[in-house]
Amino acid sequence: MSACFDEMKGHDGGVRPPYDELARWLKEVPPDVLDYRRREAELLFRRIGITFAVYGEADSTERLIPFDVIPRIISGNEWRLLEKGLTQRVKALNMFIKDIYGAREILRAGVIPDDLIFRNPAFRPEMSGQSVPHDIYVHIAGIDIVRVDADTFYVLEDNARTPSGVSYMLENREIMMRLFPELFSRHRIAPVENYPDELLATLKSVAPLTAGSDPNVALLTPGVFNSAYYEHSFLADKLGVELVEGRDLLVKNEIVYMRTTQGLKRVDVIYRRIDDDFIDPLTFRPDSILGLPGLMSAYQAGNVTLANAVGTGIADDKAVYSYMPAVVKFYLDEEPILKNVPTWRCREPEHLAYVLDHLPELVVKEVHGSGGYGMLIGPTASKIAIEQFRAKLKTAPTNFIAQPTLALSTCPTCVEAGVAPRHVDLRPFVLSGSDRTRIVPGGLTRVALKEGSLVVNSSQGGGTKDTWVLDG
Amino acid sequence: MLSRTADNLYWLSRYVERAEYLARILDATQRLSSMPLAYVGTSNEWESAVLTAGCATAFFKIYDEANEENVTDFLAFSTANSSSIRSCFEMARSNARAVRTALTMEMWDQINGTWLELQRYGNGPTSREELSRFLRWVQESSLRFDGSAYRTMLRNDAYWFSRLGVYIERADNTARILDVKYHLLLPDNERVGGPLDYFQWAAILRSVSALTAYHWVYRDSLKPWLVADLLILKEELPRSLASCYEAIVRNLDAISGAYGRQGPAQRQARAVRTRLQNSRMDGIFQRGLHEFISEFITETNSLGGAITEQFLI
Repeated sequence: MSACFDEMKGHDGGVRPPYDELARWLKEVPPDVLDYRRREAELLFRRIGITFAVYGEADSTERLIPFDVIPRIISGNEWRLLEKGLTQRVKALNMFIKDIYGAREILRAGVIPDDLIFRNPAFRPEMSGQSVPHDIYVHIAGIDIVRVDADTFYVLEDNARTPSGVSYMLENREIMMRLFPELFSRHRIAPVENYPDELLATLKSVAPLTAGSDPNVALLTPGVFNSAYYEHSFLADKLGVELVEGRDLLVKNEIVYMRTTQGLKRVDVIYRRIDDDFIDPLTFRPDSILGLPGLMSAYQAGNVTLANAVGTGIADDKAVYSYMPAVVKFYLDEEPILKNVPTWRCREPEHLAYVLDHLPELVVKEVHGSGGYGMLIGPTASKIAIEQFRAKLKTAPTNFIAQPTLALSTCPTCVEAGVAPRHVDLRPFVLSGSDRTRIVPGGLTRVALKEGSLVVNSSQGGGTKDTWVLDG
Repeated sequence: MLSRTADNLYWLSRYVERAEYLARILDATQRLSSMPLAYVGTSNEWESAVLTAGCATAFFKIYDEANEENVTDFLAFSTANSSSIRSCFEMARSNARAVRTALTMEMWDQINGTWLELQRYGNGPTSREELSRFLRWVQESSLRFDGSAYRTMLRNDAYWFSRLGVYIERADNTARILDVKYHLLLPDNERVGGPLDYFQWAAILRSVSALTAYHWVYRDSLKPWLVADLLILKEELPRSLASCYEAIVRNLDAISGAYGRQGPAQRQARAVRTRLQNSRMDGIFQRGLHEFISEFITETNSLGGAITEQFLI
């Protein structure tokens, strides 16, 4: 761990240029001021109601994600590289999903094995041969990025289903501006507040051709009990669109309507925050009461756009992820700008053998897993845990991939004992419209608050930071 | 707007208004019950409080007799009572959470702040001082919420539906006080009891925050028929039946103006308002105060139903 790269101090302990001002400021500011502001921030979060729910914990239905008041800084040059890489990757993702549900050229070319797609639970046969408006599938992508040194960024995961966290990106900035106006006056920081406008423009650009000139967009939420409900209501508010639940909608003659105080109103674009499984009980899980019966028929008739499209989960699969460099090359004939973390696919015998031999030094993840659940972090796991995992791995190797334990970069963070380095990752949000790709500079930085911990997920005690992309 | 959003806004306002009303009843009852018997007679004020709150059936399912302790608990803190102050604030907040997008930041801040603060009161205050503070806090919370809605909401259908909730609830509450206490308000010759009732009249006025207003309107000492006149017919008094219906009609008119069509709710509300405008107290006494009020309560319930039917589902 000692060898890991600190984004403020680099490897050698000097101060890297983007952090000049911040380092100076950190030296000036009395420790109790930081602590006081931290508590003030927490109060603000609670008052605004920026909470999330952790499933399976009855007594704490609404919790705060810890917020760290020290920002994470990315230079303009670093960001330009990330932006190019993200645009390239999401473009390839969209072409890949269109191909998988269409001509399947990538399978015929033997780049990806058939069974990885067809036997994948995230693959939706209902989408085969089905076109979607403007050929865009992943309208909103959250690409998780980690950094290991001054020049190397890796993509850790692609979230092409319903990535969340953007409300924290926006609220963190608002709160930082309230708490540290003097710090903002000492930096030139690219704004993120235009994200809702960019998102709305993206969603309107992908309306079906049958929609009018001003398409009606709605945000579909599973409801107040969903862990990300705050974000859903927050976004609907900023977008100025109705926040609907399944019961607010109905389908008549393959057209989706919402029930309003003035009768039925047609809905053209649905930004849905419900998983495929629950979206239409007539097509998918019949026991779902969250979705809208008949939605898929309207979708297949081309009368409504779903963002993201049905079936994009295939790209979230971690075994599919391992082929992304090849996917980029196949569709764009370009070298991938953002690297993948080297990945062993346990479905392949040689890979499995290697993984089984090196468990104590690897991170092993479930291919369909998310949220940091069900993974093994070799270097910190007990012997017993490793042996238990070995047994799981042998029974169902196709369910797992393994990666080296990365020395994730660290950022200065407020902890009990003052300011100390903690590991971080970054989730930028990439918007794909029919007109262009939009990325607001920055994203959500998640930080593992426990010393040495590499797990940044909020469900596992991770916190968040404001992410500053410096202008120029 | 979404029917469900309108519904949530409407109920959010109703619950906040109801919480304030319950706090006023408890406040007035506490005053009455702490007076020497020689001034207020021997009636059980706590039972009367349960009746005015409109939850007698639920109350007597649990308790045999009404006293300060169990009524205060039931009306203010009980989770078993779906209309206690606590339950009202809980439901107001969950309605607010479901329609955050339709609330202004200030409104959310108020209702969420109230809800957070409510947790601090736990299972209820341990002393009368603390209870008084609690009741005052409930009224202030309602005022702050109402004020934030009034000062920050866009004047569109969301605002009108939230106002409708306030006035329907308020009309219902004032009518309930009248329904329970009507016998105290009958003209002199019909009344049994005599000057003992003076403090009862004051308590009635206090529960609709109209004690000072009374003196400004009539410049007279408390007379039961004037108390009735103030609470039923005086449009100047914000909690009178007439004033509530003036506001209900105004908000329904605004909605139908914006939507470009009229409906049954508006027609019903107008009919009640016209009758209130054309009534005089002596006429109401002649036909029977109790009958008048019972009919009013039924009509207001039916108007609530019509609003739901027409807009909220």
